[in-house]
Amino acid sequence: MNHKIVGIPRALLYYYDKDLWIEFIKKLGHTPKISSFSNKKHLEEGQKLANDESCLSLKLFLGHINELKDECDMILVPRLFSIKKKEQVCTNFNCLYDLVNNLFDINIINYNIDLTEKESKLMAFLKLGEILGASYIKSYKAYKYAEKISLMKRKKLEQEQAEKLSTSKIKILLAGHPYNLYDELIGKPVCKFLSENEITILYSDRIDHTKIDEECKKLSTDIHWTHSKEVMASINYYQDKVDGIILLSSFPCGPDSLSNELISHKIKECPLITLIFEDLNSEVGVITRLESFIDILKTKKEKIYGKNN
Amino acid sequence: MEKIISFPHLGDYYIPISIFLERTTKLKVIPSPPITKKTIELGAKYSPDSVCVPFKYNLGNFIETLENGANILFTAGGGCRYRYYAEVTEVILRDLNYNFEFYKLFSGDYLNFREVYRLFKKINPKLSLYTFIHNAIYTILFIWQMDKIDKIIRKNIGFEKKKKQHITLKKEMLKKFKSTNSILKLILYYWKYKHLFKKIPIDKPKDCLKVGIIGELYTAMEPFSSYFLEKELANMNIEIKRYTNLSYLLWQKIWLKKHMLRTTKKYCKYTLGADGLDNVYRTIKLINKKYDGIIHTKPFGCTPEVGAIPIIQKICQENNMPILFFSYDVENSNEGMKTRLEAFHDLLKVRREHK
Repeated sequence: MNHKIVGIPRALLYYYDKDLWIEFIKKLGHTPKISSFSNKKHLEEGQKLANDESCLSLKLFLGHINELKDECDMILVPRLFSIKKKEQVCTNFNCLYDLVNNLFDINIINYNIDLTEKESKLMAFLKLGEILGASYIKSYKAYKYAEKISLMKRKKLEQEQAEKLSTSKIKILLAGHPYNLYDELIGKPVCKFLSENEITILYSDRIDHTKIDEECKKLSTDIHWTHSKEVMASINYYQDKVDGIILLSSFPCGPDSLSNELISHKIKECPLITLIFEDLNSEVGVITRLESFIDILKTKKEKIYGKNN
Repeated sequence: MEKIISFPHLGDYYIPISIFLERTTKLKVIPSPPITKKTIELGAKYSPDSVCVPFKYNLGNFIETLENGANILFTAGGGCRYRYYAEVTEVILRDLNYNFEFYKLFSGDYLNFREVYRLFKKINPKLSLYTFIHNAIYTILFIWQMDKIDKIIRKNIGFEKKKKQHITLKKEMLKKFKSTNSILKLILYYWKYKHLFKKIPIDKPKDCLKVGIIGELYTAMEPFSSYFLEKELANMNIEIKRYTNLSYLLWQKIWLKKHMLRTTKKYCKYTLGADGLDNVYRTIKLINKKYDGIIHTKPFGCTPEVGAIPIIQKICQENNMPILFFSYDVENSNEGMKTRLEAFHDLLKVRREHK
């Protein structure tokens, strides 16, 4: 078996399934190579490649692939259509494979999860293993092993998040898609600013995943995007446990344009701010809005508890 | 209080839909007032900023019709963002303090017959299965025949000798279609009018310019956004081919999927979501049929189309096919569109001469 370097772009679906991919590829004896943290260069390259109206996250994704294209034997580009029964994902994930295939002249390995066509996650990984030159049994074992590790890591994060709830500091829920929350250009400056101001940050994707369906139903019965359901559920679950909610999204995000509207109509008790990021964002503008938001939270908290202290 | 049903506009399809609703529910049906600048302004005022334009049009329709006294609203579902329109629209309208009942025709991607029947049974408990099926077949036939006639009109309207003949005849035809309740008569009317449409005198050169319109379904079907485009093309004496119509969406699309994947094999391995793959397929088909140009329309920020555009551009570049992209938003300047269309027309003419 010859050894291969598999490139993984640090964008979009990486933030959902990173442990699964990395452990799977390592277990099969290949080397995963993850692109560097997002920077201005990724954005510039992405802007050149993508259509003007693509969302910021997709542009960054293309930038990451551009970085990897000369350094790897093959690049992992997943394609999703429906990862849960009767649910769908954003259409950007539907066309990811074909888009990359038409824009770049590279060796892509991909997997496809589409429950409407009876392509489950396990099947997808078995096929992925086949392309990498492993037998089905070996890939199955590797998948199970990777699944165990990624579940363990997720549980740990969920636990940490649950412990954070008991602090007496100001708590803010940072809600949005993980590829925006943890991105160096989008979510990181916000996180940095919040932790500098001694605020405890809760992340929407670290909600106990067994609660997602039940919590989401209380806010929205019709939503059919699996990834947006997570955000909805976390907002409903944490709304009376935190002091404020920050909604992060990239412009122009299809699912978010509707779900954010629904959230802002239904959440009336908890202070809420929506931050939309686009190509030409200045960090200063975001920070100014955050400062005033935090000031509001602080005065609100002082009004309730201030006299006792 | 009297119950009045209403629903948002979609081209001329409001006629068969309102007949269907009227005959099955036995309630009064008033389609929402025609789309004007004011409708769009109202819709845009209360919708989220970055949502696609059809949502704003629909919301504007709903607000105007609620003001007119409607209290039962119908909306369709569908793929992509359409599927989630209903809930958000309802929340926005409730926050505006309107009182109404809200029904969604189907919750999945495709029309589910049993689900729709149950819904209508709830509204009108006296509804028998026979009347429902009869009216369903009637409506489907109506839509199908209307689409077929529309295809003929689009082919010839740019070349009619006396102006507006096609449009007046179409109005007359729809009136006749509306007047009957029997399926047999409907079919007879169709044959009669098909004959009449073919007899309209036209002055059509054999080698006229031919342009295909592809793109997102709502902007293609709703005349307020696309009427200008088709009218302008007709004035330039160009034959128009448009693929998207309601009959395509309701029942033809499912059968075509495998065939489309086969034809587009060189460029696409999977479906691209919503109508993305369909448009790639149409591009290839238009190139094979030796059309002179392609016009692609979509609302601003339409995610499936944005994903498909780089692929379409690549195909057009490889095959040397001129293509023009239009992105509709709330603020549309017709003059800007006209200039771009004229330039496109000139380009097509020059290309023709050099062939």
